[in-house]
Amino acid sequence: MSNIGVLIEMDGQEIKASNHGVLTVACTGGNVVALVFTEDGEAIKSDLERFGAGKIVTMSATSPVQKASLMAAAVKEYDLGVLMGVSSSQGRDLLTRCACILDAPIALDAMHVNLSDGTVVKSHFSGKTTADIKLTGDILLIGLRPNVIEATENPVSAEMISFTAETGSSDAFKVLELKKGGGGAIDLSEAEIIITGGRPMDSAENFKLLHACAEVLPGAVGASRAAVDAGFAPHSIQVGQTGKTVSPKLYIGCGLSGSVQHFAGMKTSRVIVGINTDKDAPIFGKCDYGIVGDLFDVVPVLTDVLKARKG
Amino acid sequence: MKIFVCVKHVPDTAANIKVVGENGFDETVKFVMNPYDEYAVEEAVRIVQEQGGEVVAVSVGKPNAINTVRSALAVGANRGILVKTDTQFLDSTTTALALKAAIEQDGAPELIFTGKQSVDSEGMQTHYRLAAKMGLPVATDVVAFSMENNKAVVECEMGGGDREVIEMAMPCVVGATKGLNEPRYPKLPDILKAKKKPLVEMDLADLGVAASPVSAAMTSLTQVKERGAATMMKGSVQEMVEDLVNRLENDVKVL
Repeated sequence: MSNIGVLIEMDGQEIKASNHGVLTVACTGGNVVALVFTEDGEAIKSDLERFGAGKIVTMSATSPVQKASLMAAAVKEYDLGVLMGVSSSQGRDLLTRCACILDAPIALDAMHVNLSDGTVVKSHFSGKTTADIKLTGDILLIGLRPNVIEATENPVSAEMISFTAETGSSDAFKVLELKKGGGGAIDLSEAEIIITGGRPMDSAENFKLLHACAEVLPGAVGASRAAVDAGFAPHSIQVGQTGKTVSPKLYIGCGLSGSVQHFAGMKTSRVIVGINTDKDAPIFGKCDYGIVGDLFDVVPVLTDVLKARKG
Repeated sequence: MKIFVCVKHVPDTAANIKVVGENGFDETVKFVMNPYDEYAVEEAVRIVQEQGGEVVAVSVGKPNAINTVRSALAVGANRGILVKTDTQFLDSTTTALALKAAIEQDGAPELIFTGKQSVDSEGMQTHYRLAAKMGLPVATDVVAFSMENNKAVVECEMGGGDREVIEMAMPCVVGATKGLNEPRYPKLPDILKAKKKPLVEMDLADLGVAASPVSAAMTSLTQVKERGAATMMKGSVQEMVEDLVNRLENDVKVL
């Protein structure tokens, strides 16, 4: 059995739920070694043990460049054949930097992973096709798309190790500041439920309607390219070909026509619901459930029904 | 200031992709410059228009990729370089080595812009590989760029609307994304003028780049099936919504 490393992504003092799917996949390949940047490894020990991490390696660094070089050193130290992680914005950056240091191949945004032969299935042509990718090298790196693997528990007891290595110091790359923008909003690419507004939202103000519904679901709010280009929503929540690729379990599209480019970013969602005034809108030809109606009538009722259901 | 911009020739995002054979596709569809690379070209052109210097557009691709290099010239790049290969999907490391060789042969860069990813192979790593091979700092998902005292300050889009502000010593590699600027459309006279701008073509073999021993090789392509027509809810708005919530909760169990 080889050793499979998993880069654990933190959300404050807890580990993000999307790590559990990655750990589940890692357990199919060998002994799982969790790599975590945290000061307090004990706080997350039981969570990681529950999902099969037999070794928990805690590290400390601030800049992505330092983190990546620590990860690369840990890969060597713990003889990892594979290093996996969540293909989130941070996960992609760290895993790719680490792959470059190790001169190792990496596949990001993987939807299916076979650790026995080093192949992954990932999106290609922006979701229009999938590609089988064969990774060749002594160390393979893989970023897994959030929500695509159902997490299952594999309880073990873990050995805790604190790890450090010489990372060198460089002035060439410095993080100056983190500007908070979301105000505690759920990260779109990791959300389990997303409700998205299109051009018919008609103003930034009207997106409050979706936020109110998202709060009850609970989920995240997305926007179509047309809504973003019209200035109703920031690009950071755009779903589709020039925005985010998402795979939630439930995707509710409000006032979306159903363009090829938008579907490229969300068609791997488990269940897709379309709400549109036009009964002939293309979205109804390629989603699971449809409601013909004005989103301004339907969404508030949806919010109320969901609220009532929660009691 | 000498700025290189790496551009890729890719199928139009509106094109329907038809898989041919094991891992090929019908390449008769319309090709365009990779959408993210448009932001890279625009940023480089703006800097040079303000501060002087030149923008060199570099592409690694099949012979037809010359059209994407010309598109960059039409929106303000000064010169172009095309490294020709016989495949649309070269391994990212090999592509990075080819870009490095072409850039270094041309001269020392002060800045290198790329798109944050291509919309066809979606590898999301060529700019990182290029930076690593050249020993330069790199940042991606860049939505704001400025420079001062030979340092570049970039804002990178993170998850959840957050932005990380990063300072990099120049030269550095900057992966552009939507939001960095508003790319201009080429005007007809510029398209005609672009045909007279210098454009060098070379073969990958001429650069002495050997295929990388570590690789991520695409072995097969599969069409993603569209789902069929939706089950439509019926009745009043209240009835439709209640029916929907009931199905989401009990039939498909996503609530």
